[in-house]
Amino acid sequence: MWDYSDKVKDYFFNPKNAGVLGEANAVGEVGAISCGDALKLMMKVDPETEVIQEAKFQTFGCGSAIASSSALTELIIGKTLEEAVTITNQDIADFLGGLPPEKMHCSVMGYEALQAAIANFRGEEWRDDHEEGALVCKCFGVDEGVIERAIRMNRLTSIEQITDYTKAGGGCLTCFDKLEELLAGVNAALVAEGVLAAHEAYRLGVADAGEIKAKAKARKEAEKEAAAPPASPLAPASPLPPPSAGMTNLKKIRLIEEAIEELRPYLKKDGGDCELIDIDGANVMVSLKGACMGCQMASVTVSGIQERLIAKLGMTIRVIPVKSHAH
Amino acid sequence: MRPVYLDNNATTRVDPAVVEAMLPFFTEQFGNPSSIHSFGASVGQSVKKARQQLQQLLGAEHDHEIIYTASGTEADNTAILSALEAMPGRDEIVTSAVEHPAVLALCQHLEKTGRAKVHYIGVDSLGRLDLEAYRAALTDKVALVTLMWANNETGTIFPIEALAELAKEVGALFHTDAVQAVGKVPIVLKGGAIDMLSLSGHKLHAPKGIGALYVKRGARFKPLLRGGHQERGRRAGTENAPGIIGLGKAAELAIAHMAEEQTRVKELRDRLENAILQRVPNCFVNGDIRERLPNTTNIAFEYVEGEAILLHLTRNGVAASSGSACTSGSLEPSHVMKAMNVPFTAAHGSIRFSFSRDNVPEDVDQVIETLPKILEKLRELSPFWAGANKGPNEFKPVYA
Ligand code: FES
Repeated sequence: MWDYSDKVKDYFFNPKNAGVLGEANAVGEVGAISCGDALKLMMKVDPETEVIQEAKFQTFGCGSAIASSSALTELIIGKTLEEAVTITNQDIADFLGGLPPEKMHCSVMGYEALQAAIANFRGEEWRDDHEEGALVCKCFGVDEGVIERAIRMNRLTSIEQITDYTKAGGGCLTCFDKLEELLAGVNAALVAEGVLAAHEAYRLGVADAGEIKAKAKARKEAEKEAAAPPASPLAPASPLPPPSAGMTNLKKIRLIEEAIEELRPYLKKDGGDCELIDIDGANVMVSLKGACMGCQMASVTVSGIQERLIAKLGMTIRVIPVKSHAH
Repeated sequence: MRPVYLDNNATTRVDPAVVEAMLPFFTEQFGNPSSIHSFGASVGQSVKKARQQLQQLLGAEHDHEIIYTASGTEADNTAILSALEAMPGRDEIVTSAVEHPAVLALCQHLEKTGRAKVHYIGVDSLGRLDLEAYRAALTDKVALVTLMWANNETGTIFPIEALAELAKEVGALFHTDAVQAVGKVPIVLKGGAIDMLSLSGHKLHAPKGIGALYVKRGARFKPLLRGGHQERGRRAGTENAPGIIGLGKAAELAIAHMAEEQTRVKELRDRLENAILQRVPNCFVNGDIRERLPNTTNIAFEYVEGEAILLHLTRNGVAASSGSACTSGSLEPSHVMKAMNVPFTAAHGSIRFSFSRDNVPEDVDQVIETLPKILEKLRELSPFWAGANKGPNEFKPVYA
């Protein structure tokens, strides 16, 4: 396993400020269960002085994700929003005595949750994934802004580092070209600003795109053949527009789960059931169980669920039935 | 706190009797088994005996059907590369999406370099091979079918003899990566359709660095390593005599303990599994619980992440393993969980407990003692838990 510093271990085993903060007036939610980590940061901010009086967190994630969240709360309590907003992911990592490079995205998640919470307090909307069509990495739902910021703040100079810090590129790697472009662009800007030496800057084509991509392609095809959901008559003919802005993945998942929960009694009455498998942009993959599966009424069931979800989320959703998890 | 080792699918403790059997071959009996003088000849005799011990464990017809290798990975690689070379005019490989990287990584490489077309057959939610897709992929272009006997993560067992029969119908060679199965389930190769089988010493209480490839007499074969005449020219390189003798002893012990795997070890596994399912809400078993290795259970804990569970278990003296992305440096859950379509809510929190004959009831007690508390603690931390908790009585995983 990872070589964690003693402080990371301490903050993981004895997290400070874990739990729900009832009287929070600033909440930031980032990440998603599908990506393997998610963080909800809750702060109580004095409206007069804008001092963060209390902060608590809830985290789904690995050791360093939990430690980073806890460290973040320690870092911000007592600070004004103006002071807090300048805290970077590097500050979180430093506070913990460093994180393994592959785990830097945990500290980035902390940084994002803080920005989101501050925006929430100010009644603004934190620029989230999937926004303005700037989604770069579909596998992990990472947008251009997040990647640019990570490159800039941490002076990243390789594709692997981008993956370590943002997770982008950690899956199928179809986002490779875009990652390269962003990296070269921001590096060039950093060189022009005099904060990065020219020889350190990434230049297009330096990473062995062929090598990385061929690997990704083989993996992708293997997965496609292996785990592709059965072709569905309901599969969208053309990709749907991205979901409406302003909804975090966390919220989306909650709403969808709520909707399914509400429908469940009806499905069960017919001897069936429905389970949320995955969400990819506007596509919601569910598995239908029992009598629902293979039932001639399945397509009716699917459209019923779809209607319900659209009503609940207020956005276009496509429900796609996939192979059931348990028989 | 006593250390509890439940990661035997990763590696096993070398049996003291195996160590004892090996020791003389480092010092007194150091001769090269290929030499004809007395120093070598006696070692050669012992190597022969070890080969027969392994032959027995595999139920093979002849002892010379066994080729020693340095690992299960070398055995897998040899089988695949050999088949491509030995079957001119055929350039397709059929395998599954849940194979060990020793097979998958090579297949992907062969695809990338244009040396083979590979069919990755999918599995269902219980990890069972998609038989329809398998049949469809079998044509006279297939040089080799390579399928694992038992999955290392879930313990799910493929009906390997029957799958081999099907491969024969199109004239393809059939190889099975049996690294997890050997020593845990009875194997009889004689008279069957399996052409090649890989195994690894350190999974059955022999040391690391010794493996074997069974090649049925008459099956086409091309060596991977060329050089001297060792292993009848099928694997050059001076034999790892101590390792071979250790593996032979381990095979003998495995035969003696086979029943124990199916009874006492299985009971320990089942007791742990049942206790966890009973005491921890929102968890279920990954894989085919009927067709499964007796020593393995893989349990998905919803709404928590595997590495976090493992860190706590480690602190409580329990060694297990996780298919979670975060332990491996990869970012996505294990390819096995993905191929099985395990929901993300659970795939990230899957933990594998794998037993061996070294385990005792107290090991199980210690896990049962600590695990529910760990889950409670981590779930309290999880933003997905509140509201998701349907309680231990209401949440019922559905098994086949
Ligand atoms: S889209 Fe970025 S890794 Fe798949």
